[in-house]
Amino acid sequence: MASFIQLLVSGLATGAIYALVAVGFTLLWQTSQTINFAQGEFVMLPAFFILAAMNAGAPFWLAALVGIALAVVILGLLFKIVVVDPMLRHGVLPLVISTIALSLLLKESVKDFYSSQAQPFPALVPATDIHFLGAVISTQSLAVLAIAIATIAALHLLLNKTRLGRAMQATAQNPTLALILGIPVRRMVLYTFLINAVLVAIASILISPIYLAKFTNGETLGMAAFIAAIIGGFNQVRGAILGGVILGVLDNLSAAYVSSQYRGAFPLVILIAIILLRPHGLLGRFEERSV
Amino acid sequence: MNRAGATVVVAAAILAVSAPFFLKPFGIFMISMWAVLTIAAIGLNLTLGYAGQVSLAQGAFVGIGAYTVALLMQAGYPFALAFVAAGGLCFAIGWILGYPALRVQHHYLAFVTLAFTTLVFLVLRNEQWLTNGIYGINDIARPAFFGWSTGGALNFYFFSLGTLAVLSLATWWMLRSPWGRAFVALRENPIRALSLGLDTRRYTLMAFAIGSCLGGLAGALYAPLVQFIEPGSFALGMSFNLLLMVIVGGSGYFFGPFVGALVAVLLPEWMRIAQGYYLIVYAGLVMAMMAFCPSGILGLIDRLSKAVFRSRRAAPALGAEGPGIVS
Repeated sequence: MASFIQLLVSGLATGAIYALVAVGFTLLWQTSQTINFAQGEFVMLPAFFILAAMNAGAPFWLAALVGIALAVVILGLLFKIVVVDPMLRHGVLPLVISTIALSLLLKESVKDFYSSQAQPFPALVPATDIHFLGAVISTQSLAVLAIAIATIAALHLLLNKTRLGRAMQATAQNPTLALILGIPVRRMVLYTFLINAVLVAIASILISPIYLAKFTNGETLGMAAFIAAIIGGFNQVRGAILGGVILGVLDNLSAAYVSSQYRGAFPLVILIAIILLRPHGLLGRFEERSV
Repeated sequence: MNRAGATVVVAAAILAVSAPFFLKPFGIFMISMWAVLTIAAIGLNLTLGYAGQVSLAQGAFVGIGAYTVALLMQAGYPFALAFVAAGGLCFAIGWILGYPALRVQHHYLAFVTLAFTTLVFLVLRNEQWLTNGIYGINDIARPAFFGWSTGGALNFYFFSLGTLAVLSLATWWMLRSPWGRAFVALRENPIRALSLGLDTRRYTLMAFAIGSCLGGLAGALYAPLVQFIEPGSFALGMSFNLLLMVIVGGSGYFFGPFVGALVAVLLPEWMRIAQGYYLIVYAGLVMAMMAFCPSGILGLIDRLSKAVFRSRRAAPALGAEGPGIVS
């Protein structure tokens, strides 16, 4: 029981990070049909912005802000203008190829220009353990959970309680109608790219102390984000959150109780099952197929 | 195909036959790799370019083919039998993988096939009793036929080139047949194809199975070519690479895979001058290409030649079929 609680909490913490990444992923899909195969590398990169800023002498909090700001400019604005915009009219597949190439570009750039070694990354809170019902729970897991929940809550408020958020939702649901109603659709799409950049930067700050900052980190993270998004439903923010949490918990529990060798296989089997049985995901709406 | 196209193809064939006599052993190895990967890319072009089914599993089929041949030859079976077995096994697995394609399309299918590739990698890595796990399989013998050994680099190249020629002729013939027409119909408008009485179900499965079979046959050559295989070679990277070859060459053009594989094999070598940065340059080039010419190199040539010939009021040149990219 004690070990189950331990696994559950650390699973929830990982799952919350996956959820952040997956939410960004679905936002891009909803507003601009962008499938970002480089999403994992997007999470890997901000950690290196922050490390670079700290090497330049900035304290951690300032470096974190610089990292988020750089992420917004490079992974949000530049990504939209340089990579996505010229390609949208060509359809989904060229953009898929292009983001695959982008993931290679980001990975190799970090390897060549920063370091191929795993870099230690400062933790958010001092590492102490809390004893609860016989289980040992690290304060780090709790901090990760708290920040992830706060981030998602803030996003939820933004999307549902503000005029801007409603305009963004309208853009996602029906861009033509939104345009007719006077919503600046192009700017709303840009905002989702910026929000995605903030989400991946926060995810980066949360996950890097656990896995260390390394140029290959994005591979598993990107995959986890896809799977979480599909499990939950590609066209729903709530779905991505649910998918991320399910994935994180399942990953930890199956590694401990079933087989650690096939740890990576369980999410994939679930992915295939979900796609075959409920292609619109657990919470997703069904999308009509057009002729 | 018109006269200009035929001239280019004949010239390319002469070049392919004479090239190894001017190359060092490593160069011959590279062009052998080109021939082998082209076979896999032809298979993917069939699935993606002609039938319009996105697949990120072609690398996994190359892996299944390579392991089948390596294991069967280790067990003492002749190469010819192992070669056929690799193709047959991949045909069967490809057929089964085609079932998700009946239910889901586009990006969902990309994810299913992506998951399949990772699952195959995990099995190859974890089932040590069968595949020797991460240590891989060493010393894979090169086959001999009626006393003609393909042990040398030159002989193996001609063996690969011969196989490529036979398989591409077979594919060419198939694409000219009603089957090939049906594949294109499937890509262009599946519902219309269905309403015209095409059994789209069977053709979708067929497109996957034949494409995967070619991947397996490429793997059957890959194993004796590199003589050492390990699970990592057949992870996602290879599937991505094969997808790139098809797109860069020109998806839906018959000769697209030949060009794409050539670029993918040779470009990294030429860019050695860029030293450690060549992958960055390569990735940048691919992104630029997708932005400015998503229909690939042959698509670009097609467009340019059309523009040139239109002014002279003549027919378009080279690879006149296929509109290029499928969105």
